[in-house]
Amino acid sequence: MASAETKGTGEAPLSGLRVVELCDEKGAFAGKLLADAGADVVKVEPPAGDATRDYEPFLEDQAEKERSLWWWLYNTSKRGVTLDLAQTAGREVFRRLVARADVVVESQPPGRLAAWGIDYADLCGSNPALIWASITPFGRTGPESQEAATDLTILAGGGIAWMNGYDDHALPPVRGGGNQGYHTGCHYAAMAVLVALAHRDAGGPGQFIDVNMHAAANVTTEAGSYDWLVKRREVQRQTGRHAAYRPTMSTQVRCADGVWVNTGIAPRRPQEFQVMYDWIAELGKLEEFPEAAILEVAGQGGEVMLGRLEEDEEMQAKFAAAREAVVFIAGQLPAETFFHEGQRRGFQMGIIYAPEEVLEDGHFQARGFPVEVEHPELGRSFRYPGAPWKFGRSPWRIRRRAPLLGEHNAEVSRELGLSREEASEVNGSRGESRR
Amino acid sequence: MSAALSHLRICDFTGQLAGAGATKFLAAFGAQVIRIEDPVLEGRWDVLRGAPPFKDERRGINLGGAFNNHNVEKLGITLNLRTERGRELLRRLVAVSDVVTENFSAGVLERLGFGYAQLRAIKPDVIYVSNCGFGHSGPYRDYKTWGPIVQAVSGLTFSSGLPEEPPAGWGYSYMDHTAAYYMAMAVLLALHHRARTGEGQHVDMAATEAAASLNGPALLDYTVNGRPLRRPGQPHSNRSQFPQMAPHGIYPARGEDNWLALSCRNEGEWAALGRVVGKPWATAERFATLEGRLRAEDALDTLLGAWSEELDMFESARALRAAGVPASAVQRPQQRIDEDANTAAWGLWPSVRHAEMGEVRVDGLPVHLSETDWSIRRGAPCLGQDNAFVFGEILGVGDSELAQLRADGVI
Repeated sequence: MASAETKGTGEAPLSGLRVVELCDEKGAFAGKLLADAGADVVKVEPPAGDATRDYEPFLEDQAEKERSLWWWLYNTSKRGVTLDLAQTAGREVFRRLVARADVVVESQPPGRLAAWGIDYADLCGSNPALIWASITPFGRTGPESQEAATDLTILAGGGIAWMNGYDDHALPPVRGGGNQGYHTGCHYAAMAVLVALAHRDAGGPGQFIDVNMHAAANVTTEAGSYDWLVKRREVQRQTGRHAAYRPTMSTQVRCADGVWVNTGIAPRRPQEFQVMYDWIAELGKLEEFPEAAILEVAGQGGEVMLGRLEEDEEMQAKFAAAREAVVFIAGQLPAETFFHEGQRRGFQMGIIYAPEEVLEDGHFQARGFPVEVEHPELGRSFRYPGAPWKFGRSPWRIRRRAPLLGEHNAEVSRELGLSREEASEVNGSRGESRR
Repeated sequence: MSAALSHLRICDFTGQLAGAGATKFLAAFGAQVIRIEDPVLEGRWDVLRGAPPFKDERRGINLGGAFNNHNVEKLGITLNLRTERGRELLRRLVAVSDVVTENFSAGVLERLGFGYAQLRAIKPDVIYVSNCGFGHSGPYRDYKTWGPIVQAVSGLTFSSGLPEEPPAGWGYSYMDHTAAYYMAMAVLLALHHRARTGEGQHVDMAATEAAASLNGPALLDYTVNGRPLRRPGQPHSNRSQFPQMAPHGIYPARGEDNWLALSCRNEGEWAALGRVVGKPWATAERFATLEGRLRAEDALDTLLGAWSEELDMFESARALRAAGVPASAVQRPQQRIDEDANTAAWGLWPSVRHAEMGEVRVDGLPVHLSETDWSIRRGAPCLGQDNAFVFGEILGVGDSELAQLRADGVI
């Protein structure tokens, strides 16, 4: 990796950028994206703690506010303060926090902050360079803006669930795991904040950003959208592969050890048929494979043209034999072997790992993807998913585990120059320690 | 045109969606994206260029519907990098660009003579963002991927599915879209770093790593609690483990392949759902607590399904939402694109003017910026459409020289 080795300042891309985050479960990931990229993200929680501190899973399954792994995952590299925004004094501290911030990211229901007098319109006057991103299920204004949503209902309404599932349509469409509805909205929030920042770096003013999670899902659907926009035809879900307007060949096979592999695009070139034939020969299984003769002939013939497949029986036979060969070979080998041997032979294949298996894979480990994060109060460290990018000069890094409740109240109070009396408001309960 | 990024020029080798989606986003905000294509291969670095869907069934290298969708607001030039004259023109273009982007397989651009070391020699503060499946280092550097393979090896395919069934995965290349989002972020993060420090850099992006970072809390349940997702009864991604909710699922609705998604986040929403449903079971003792509902979740889902399948999915979703319960019809393309009040009011499906296709609707963006909002009006470039502008106006190549370059097969 010669090209990425150059050393520079070594500072993360957003170091020095001040961000105030006022997000619930929907927007916390946007704050994490900025924080792990180096921004100083101060997360504001109510004195009783953010609701996601009560979300499963928990460390050793003990439901306590400092043991939520949801909270841990989505709040790395942030600092945390508690503020009671329902109180005048709490809102005053929030105003002072925002006055010195470059960016605010919030996912409050539309209207709540305005009612408290601490929305963008209230605060931008004293900080015209401020960039403010509002993340909501349906946008700040317009139809549905007041309606509740979860990751599931966003993926359902936004067209993603329609495309996931099985050939058998008696089975329901599938949501897909991992909170991708929230993630997609947060990706766009971070992208838009960075656009506004680039504009500001070039001399422009700050601005308000309205992020609509329903819309974000809608434009993250590939052919689901453009097949309709261009051709007015609707894709239909299929097992483990692209939804399509007419059925396509299956792409998943179960290997000898029961683990599934995605076999990629079906072979259709003569040299690919030949490689398949040779692979079966190497395994010493030519006699057990009924289509060996067709495959051998196909290796000497022409390319299978998908456009002519329907009328050409010989092509159909070759195409089907190659597919049978993939299934046959998979049945002889454990998935890991099949995956590596297939890739080595030039086939675009992928083992279907469970999430945990990714962290144990040699490639991800060689690139340093799993990272250890210290939890000093527990005297332990844990593995976390690491960098989505490798920056040659300004490294991505989880600088600290998610903040404990009110962990940075005193520190941030000092930075804001709050009096002892004012600082007590940061705790929302008159100086009582929240630790 | 948006003024947000109008100060930026991007020398763009991206294609398909995983790369082209990134520079589409930047172009919509006014960056000058110059898409470079190969005249010998007639643009076939990008398989989408001449691929369906085709508007009005007119086929051709300039008429790919997906290509148009992913390349709006960009300029398109042709350049033959096998010729010395072509490489010289690329060096001149790099010298006046802020960013070079590509999503070739690892090593391809380097073999063409334009790896980071060479790019930096041309322009010391250049930002070079590469994006491929497994990145530019590591044991799988030479493995081939596309969206579904990225999703498979990163855990995302596995975690989408129902118990006792094969993986359902994602019915499209979620990670082509999302790798493009990460690529756009990488460009903008590196630009901010350059604005602060004057330094350029290479960002080596692996789509599989971006994907692996999106597994959600399940991954920490493994690293912290040692509980893998590969275990009996899992995955069950229509239910909600993290946080625990019940009911939470996708239920049948009246009509063919119609479905209703709903979730109750707390006791208040469960009670509200009970009032909408109006059946005795909805207020039964055994379902009164989350613990009880989780214990009897199969029975609860059966009862809810029997209720929902008699009803129109939009009507029941409306009734549930009015009561404060998160709910939605599983919308089909036509419903969310042509009949959805929210996406219409947002202006989510702008029409662009394409030189050969005419007016075509495309994906817009789900953000609005108060000062420098996006603008999507121009369709994707036809092959070499902007040669005269880019070589002539930007690089100062004269008309006769341009004609010679064409005649020599350089552009």
